[in-house]
Amino acid sequence: MDALLLSRWQFAITTIYHFLFVPVTLGLSIFVALLETCYVRTKRPAWKATSRKLVRFFGTLFLVNFSMGVVTGIVQEFHFGMNWSEYARFMGDIFGAPLALEALTAFFLESTFLGIWIFGWGRLSEKAHCACIWIVAFASNLSAFWILVANSFMQHPVGFAVRNGRAEMTDFAALVTNPYVIGEYAHTLFSAIATAGFLVVAVSAWKVLHDAASRRAFTQTCKAGALFLLFGLFAAMGSGHLHAQYLAQVNPMKVSSFEALWETADPAPFAIVADINEQSHENNVEVTIPGAFSFMLYNKPSGAVPGINAIQSEYEAAYGPGDYRPDVKGLFWSFRFMIGIGGLLVLLGLITAYLGWKDRLMDFPLLLKALPWLLPLPFLANTVGWYIAEAGRQPWIVFGLQKTSEAVSPNLTSADVYLTMIGFTVLYLVLAVAAVYTAMRYIRKTEVPYEEGRNA
Amino acid sequence: MDLQVLWFLLIFVLFTGFFFLEGFDYGVGGLMPFLTSDEEERSEILRTITPVWDGNEVWMITAGGAMFAAFPHVYATMFSAFYLALFLMLVALILRGVAFDLRGRQDSLRWKRFWDGAIAFGSIVPAFLWGVAVTDLLAGLPIDAHMVYTGGFFDLLSLYSLVGGLAFLLIFLFHGAAFLTIRLARKSLLRRCQNAALNVGSSATLLFVLLIVLTQSATDLFEKPLAVSALAAAALFFLLAMSSMKKKKGAWSFAASSLAIVATTAAFFAGLFPRLMVSSLDPAWSLTITNASSSPYTLSVMTAAAAVFVPVVLLYQGWTYYIFRKRVTAKDTQEHL
Repeated sequence: MDALLLSRWQFAITTIYHFLFVPVTLGLSIFVALLETCYVRTKRPAWKATSRKLVRFFGTLFLVNFSMGVVTGIVQEFHFGMNWSEYARFMGDIFGAPLALEALTAFFLESTFLGIWIFGWGRLSEKAHCACIWIVAFASNLSAFWILVANSFMQHPVGFAVRNGRAEMTDFAALVTNPYVIGEYAHTLFSAIATAGFLVVAVSAWKVLHDAASRRAFTQTCKAGALFLLFGLFAAMGSGHLHAQYLAQVNPMKVSSFEALWETADPAPFAIVADINEQSHENNVEVTIPGAFSFMLYNKPSGAVPGINAIQSEYEAAYGPGDYRPDVKGLFWSFRFMIGIGGLLVLLGLITAYLGWKDRLMDFPLLLKALPWLLPLPFLANTVGWYIAEAGRQPWIVFGLQKTSEAVSPNLTSADVYLTMIGFTVLYLVLAVAAVYTAMRYIRKTEVPYEEGRNA
Repeated sequence: MDLQVLWFLLIFVLFTGFFFLEGFDYGVGGLMPFLTSDEEERSEILRTITPVWDGNEVWMITAGGAMFAAFPHVYATMFSAFYLALFLMLVALILRGVAFDLRGRQDSLRWKRFWDGAIAFGSIVPAFLWGVAVTDLLAGLPIDAHMVYTGGFFDLLSLYSLVGGLAFLLIFLFHGAAFLTIRLARKSLLRRCQNAALNVGSSATLLFVLLIVLTQSATDLFEKPLAVSALAAAALFFLLAMSSMKKKKGAWSFAASSLAIVATTAAFFAGLFPRLMVSSLDPAWSLTITNASSSPYTLSVMTAAAAVFVPVVLLYQGWTYYIFRKRVTAKDTQEHL
């Protein structure tokens, strides 16, 4: 493999790994902040003591996750210069700004107030302490906004001019209000809430089943987690739907690729499954719902959707000869995988919320046993979701402006990148084992008894 | 003032903040295993930096981000040139960052010792590598007409850059020891910190002299009066820090070592100006504030943002240090989430 392909692998590995932790940081910070708000506001002594312990419990899980997210985030920032120097040169005038703003407005806030939150119990009033975790939650989500502003430019460039051999910013407001970022940010944020919600549900289910002393407290968080999950899921679905409709206007190639629609059709069918042939640019076999793809994009069962082959010829005319088709097979199945997991999680969320509400969770031990094992599901959905967004942009690194193949650092040898890729991957695996082991031990050993009738 | 000059100054300010703040937490992390093997004492030492290290590290991330935004060519050339060195630094920073969190989560001594090692490694390696990087930027690297680095990993290492790395490391270790003398409460530990500061400090003095001598031969810094005065001030502040430490005046010593770090950073940036990376192949191929900068529009947007947010950051980071201003006692190590 050459330095280009290796650099792509390295970036993919780091990004996917980084984004295992990011959604938990975004969502769980909000959940812990809500929990601490309950703690501050409650007048019931028993719940006061219990919620304090729950804040510590979920706060600890949040912190283990947070540190993993932070350290891999630095690798991300450095990669743009280390492996993608030509990208940094061509795009730096625009891309550097949101990155610097992310550090300046969000990272400082997040890290400083997290430090105060961890070590400041007893030094601050309850309300001030609670405000700290809200600031952390706000700052984490603000940092996500900035990085998605940067990513949205790569997907759909706005507010720029190509001058002096590079893309230069001409309108900062346009960059920040890029319609692309609104859909992408909403979908990312709500998916993060769903991910954190499912994490809370899975952990709570384990505690309800295995730890009688903590059962009552975790029945509460199981219900709360299920509501958090369902809110995130429905909002993610709604925002995802609107974002796909928007994508059809600005990234038609991505949309037609994740539906494997090779030829323009009106109305366009939705393929449930397909045997995709990327050599002959068609599907050998497909099972479709007529008109459903058009309906998805236009809210009516008619309307032309351009096929991959038509867009390919259009791009050849606009950008010169070349292959502008992304990995159709990968996108098609990723999309179905993501939707399928979303549906399954809705089902699990509804069942858990219903049984929790009826206080009948213990009557269904099989469900409680299964939930922790299903924890990888939202993480898989996030990963394939980002695969659709990023692989769907290929061969471009910045749509219409720079190709991925033109962006790699010219001074790197494949030996350099092999070394770092293997080094990072091994380190990530070791740390994942250490972090998961630590978190699991903590979950097993920490009891949160519900302290009945105790005066505060 | 010219925006490109202003951003050169801002990058200098960010690196100064980074070297000053993370200088002491690298120093504390690097010294910790050598000061004591007692678990309680180690917890107290670490507790002086655990609430603040992450905020300090953001100074580095912001310096990197600001360089990306203001001087994208420098970001591109520097980060790709230092490829394997940065890989090493990232491995160190990853281990260090995770270690601060995971260390206290299990009681086994082996577990703690492993992460102690990670903290020390993760503090010493970046401190050294930043010294190498700063001296390399000034002494020059093989950069061609297209701003592309043409050397390999070993072209980053010279006698000068190795001395630069060691000098930075030792100064940060001294800075960290001085920080500990004003942050710890335990008497026996304080005495050991003072001794460590004096020991590290005498080696640092030697390396600092060597660094000045080599700077004279390896770079053109001595052609710039401002840079020379800053370097002289740095040497003076460092001697002041040493003599205050001998008199057991920790606060004075820390203040002086802080100023020494500020002055050293100022000397190197003044030596570089108006360049940011010197090309050893042809002076005309050096990256400067004019040929490597962003457009005036981007610089003005970033200037507005920096004018609003940098003071705010300073305010609330200052407030953190105020909250955790009391000397660390054994009781504090129990008090966390």
